[in-house]
Amino acid sequence: MASSAVLAQPARAATGSPAVECRDLTVHFASERRTVTALERISLTVAEGSLLTLLGPSGCGKSTLLRVIADIVQPSSGSVRVLGRTPAETRRDRGIGFVFQDATLLPWRTALDNVRLPLEVGGRHELPPGAMGPAELLSLVGLAGWEKALPHELSGGMRQRVSIARALLGGPRVLLMDEPFGALDEITRDRLNEELLRIWRETGTTIVFVTHSIYEAAFLGQQVLMLAARPGRVREIVTIDLPEPRHLSMRETAAFTAQAAHLRAVLETC
Amino acid sequence: MASDLSIPLAAASGDAAPDSLWIAAQRRERWRRRLLPLAGGALLLCIWWALIAIFHVRSFIAPAPDVVALTFYQKFDMLMANLWPTALEALCGFLLGNTAAIAIATVFVHRKSAEQAFFPIAVLIHSIPVVATAPILVLLLGNGLAPKVSIAAIICFFPTLVNMVRGLESVGAQSMELMHVLSATRREIFFKLRVPTSLPFLFSALRIAASTATVGAIVGEWIGSQVGIGALIIQATYNFDSALLYATVLCGSVFSVAFFQVIRLIERLVVRWDAGVVS
Repeated sequence: MASSAVLAQPARAATGSPAVECRDLTVHFASERRTVTALERISLTVAEGSLLTLLGPSGCGKSTLLRVIADIVQPSSGSVRVLGRTPAETRRDRGIGFVFQDATLLPWRTALDNVRLPLEVGGRHELPPGAMGPAELLSLVGLAGWEKALPHELSGGMRQRVSIARALLGGPRVLLMDEPFGALDEITRDRLNEELLRIWRETGTTIVFVTHSIYEAAFLGQQVLMLAARPGRVREIVTIDLPEPRHLSMRETAAFTAQAAHLRAVLETC
Repeated sequence: MASDLSIPLAAASGDAAPDSLWIAAQRRERWRRRLLPLAGGALLLCIWWALIAIFHVRSFIAPAPDVVALTFYQKFDMLMANLWPTALEALCGFLLGNTAAIAIATVFVHRKSAEQAFFPIAVLIHSIPVVATAPILVLLLGNGLAPKVSIAAIICFFPTLVNMVRGLESVGAQSMELMHVLSATRREIFFKLRVPTSLPFLFSALRIAASTATVGAIVGEWIGSQVGIGALIIQATYNFDSALLYATVLCGSVFSVAFFQVIRLIERLVVRWDAGVVS
């Protein structure tokens, strides 16, 4: 914990090639009757070690963009590079961790066995040297002592913590999060927001975080990428100027309020 | 009733004693729930017995419960000798029908075109009553064990096939995306995700199959058979031996219920998670 302040210095960001780079990314979805353009000519760069939040109205393609980066959805045109390679290559190399809107735990597995799942599939049966093990990750997300619990014995917040631990197994350099705290109550959400920042500082992982909450976007993000809807396109990239490390109490400061007000103003034009 | 009221009041005083009172009340409640069905059963038996006695129903039309019990006791060895082949047919049919259903469901999930080609036909065949197909199978397979086992198997097959296909496909979209991000192979997805997801569906089909397999074996024995619960039912009916008929039916029912309970026990041991909670 003492080292976290040092790790949070801007010096850790932007070394070498960008973690994620999209150029003129376009995604069409074809249904039976018509073709919908989900994303149109998106270009963005996410520096290694940074935390970018994606904010926009529903239907703006935030989740689609995240899924293109994770090689779940194929782009119709344009290019995507993750850690300097194609998304598929990086995925196969376990360079990407993904946290879904629902915890998506396997209900027949204990918390620990759920975190261990990535070691049982995809031909990756061993952790890279120096990477945190399943038990260590569970205590990183604050669930030490809950290793043997089944998902239905955990609260919604705890389940989502387990899924974050699972996504962090193997030490992926890019962590993609799709509205992970959207279904949680506000108190749990606040707590997990602060803990996510701590985990980010301690692991140095690049995080792309999708949300539709202005406060969450401003509190977590070093930068906020704002998307407009129908078709999804970049409206503005806002840099959030808040002192690091951030704490929940900062949300009452004038600086934070001003940032949030700006985001809200832009969001109204999306 | 008065004692029930006193429990929450005592609990409010915060002594150690109310806890034991509460536990005792819980225990009483549990026993009540166990005993009431037995009391209900006993009452119905009494009504049965009284009806026979009051209306002087003759024993070859319908026997009194005590006569049935006596017959059950006296002819126990003979009943068991006839239960054995029926149980064997039901069990073999159960294993055969369900194994085939699980195997075909697995193929359907992996080959969509196979599912689209054959699933509607499966549903169509399923809608034909077994009693109608039974003579066909007896003609095809002769008089031995084979037609009975096949009828029991067919009767188990369709519900399990339908449920298993549904179970294997009830995997959430996000779970599939998770497996994709982890670069899991189809095989890994099947064994680590689809099969466990399908287990609650499978067991609800197996529970039904346990009862229907017995029905299938008995129906098979109705047509040209010398031994078995089904054959005994036919013989007892033709001989107006209603006491034996009732005892035979009782024997078959006890087996069927026991089979059902065994499957339920296995289900409880295997499906330990709460299938209702989607995480």
